[in-house]
Amino acid sequence: MAHLSLTSVGKTYAGGVDAVRDVNIEIADGEFIVLVGPSGCGKSTLLRMVAGLESVTHGDVRIGDRVVNRLEPADRDIAMVFQNYALYPHMNVRDNMAYGLKNRGETKSVIAERVAEASRMLELDPYLDRKPRALSGGQRQRVAMGRAIVRQPAAFLFDEPLSNLDAKLRVSMRGEIRRLQRRLGTTSLYVTHDQLEAMTLADRLVVLNGGRVEQIGAPLEVYHKPASVFVASFIGSPAMNLIDARVEAGRVLVGSHDIAPAATDAGPVTLGLRPEDLSLASTGLPVAVEHVEELGAQRIIHGEVAGQPIAIADSSASELGETVHVAATPGKIHLFARDTGRRIDLAAAATGLAHAV
Amino acid sequence: MQKIKPFDHLILILGTLFLCLPVFMALMSSTHTAIDIHSNGLFLTPGDNAGPTYTKVLTARGGFTGDVTGLRMLMNSMIMGIGFAVGKIVLSMMAAYALVYFRFRFATVIFWAIFTTLLLPLEVRIMPSYQVMSTLGLLNTYTGLIVPLLASATGTFFFRQFFKSVPDELLEAARIDGAGPVKFFIDILVPLSRTMMAAIFIIMFIYGWNQYLWPLLMTTDETFYTLMRGIKSILQVWVGSQIPDYNEAFALAVLAMVPPVAVVVIFQRMFIKGLTESDK
Repeated sequence: MAHLSLTSVGKTYAGGVDAVRDVNIEIADGEFIVLVGPSGCGKSTLLRMVAGLESVTHGDVRIGDRVVNRLEPADRDIAMVFQNYALYPHMNVRDNMAYGLKNRGETKSVIAERVAEASRMLELDPYLDRKPRALSGGQRQRVAMGRAIVRQPAAFLFDEPLSNLDAKLRVSMRGEIRRLQRRLGTTSLYVTHDQLEAMTLADRLVVLNGGRVEQIGAPLEVYHKPASVFVASFIGSPAMNLIDARVEAGRVLVGSHDIAPAATDAGPVTLGLRPEDLSLASTGLPVAVEHVEELGAQRIIHGEVAGQPIAIADSSASELGETVHVAATPGKIHLFARDTGRRIDLAAAATGLAHAV
Repeated sequence: MQKIKPFDHLILILGTLFLCLPVFMALMSSTHTAIDIHSNGLFLTPGDNAGPTYTKVLTARGGFTGDVTGLRMLMNSMIMGIGFAVGKIVLSMMAAYALVYFRFRFATVIFWAIFTTLLLPLEVRIMPSYQVMSTLGLLNTYTGLIVPLLASATGTFFFRQFFKSVPDELLEAARIDGAGPVKFFIDILVPLSRTMMAAIFIIMFIYGWNQYLWPLLMTTDETFYTLMRGIKSILQVWVGSQIPDYNEAFALAVLAMVPPVAVVVIFQRMFIKGLTESDK
């Protein structure tokens, strides 16, 4: 168990490409941190730098109180779970789990005890003598986790461990990982591109884009107060609607429609509206309906407003015309500066919010 | 289901006969006496002379000095075959390991340099090789017979391709598990390459077994005679009215065939696996 700290960590590849730039994260002991971002955002590189599989070109990585920049992976007191499991194909489950301990020179009785404990925890007992190829995907994933657990490391590193599993298994494994981490209380760093996985697992999210940290925060904080247009569009499903708007005389306008009051300087802004914060109304923003996705519990109405796409999550069963009117839930609108994409804080204006028109 | 086509079968049967008949003929002829063969030609039916012929071939002292038996030749061939196969596997695995897993300058250039030697047959470099061995005083030794031919471009190439197909995550997992370069090689790569090793073993065993020119040059001492040279020397006795011992030549040829066939039969399943699929 240990805290982890990354201080202005960066990675520049030999060709001069910056994969990761100036990342600062303090991770408390026992915390579950999820690195999330689109592919190529540097999240895996960052994880691999912590693991010691990539060299750190700038900054310091600390595990506990040690700077580990130059330590071999085996000496960093971490364990890693890979996307394709990376089990040794010629060893049975027991040997796969025991291999790291054997190399560390643990005694036979310690190894046997730890393997037994991990396999009980992961319900792998019936499979201990099987080879990985005789296991299903979920079981292999569990073995990979068992291999991490037996080492009793300071930190677990997960590199998209669930992306090779089918959707249903993914959900159950997600719960299992979370439960296990709670129980062991081991600091964990988890990489995923799936924002749903990120939301459900994390104590705190780190949203990465283009090698930079866009936002660090608890899942709900990130969801309710995305720090930038990128975070807003990445977190949440269906994605947040981002509409070109402008502020005039303290009001947000889309085309000529008044959406909400906004206590910010006049000028062009990007208006963010979550589909679930929009509802059908008798008057309001007119949306030309294009198509409707029925999901059972609700439906997603895709349409166009002032020439820009918009989606509305609607759980009413009312008939839809060619044009519907929608209203935004008061207090649930997000404004972003058009030029920098950063969030414009509306907290000051929140008190003065009238009903959306 | 496919319709059975008689014509296709005819071609297959003819092909099989074409390949198997000469072998069968050699086996059958070896059971007749030399005179019988000389006057009546080759046989497709078993004769009654099998016992004496094979006993004589295996145990009778022959050759110029008269102290080399068939068993001795069989042993020499075996040493050549196994020495070649094992040596080449060890050497080319280590070479491929270095080429694939260690980042050093000119690795690709070195690989291609090794690869181009595939194009050069042994005969091209046989004189310089002989010169080196003779200067080192290794003529008439097993070391001299085996070591100069151990570097194998084919083996290095196969192992390189195989190692490249091993997922990087396996190496990374091993590094996290605390396996250094030597441990990773021995604990992970060697067991994973078993099928590949079987494939290379077959190829190289037969290559070593069939060597003729090289031992002919390297050894003058008859105790180093291999089966291949033995067969040749039996047929070389065309002196005066003497009839060559055809039956013995055939018997030796049949004997020479047994170990390679055995190797192929034993390793064949792994051989096919090694060349076609990877065990992951």
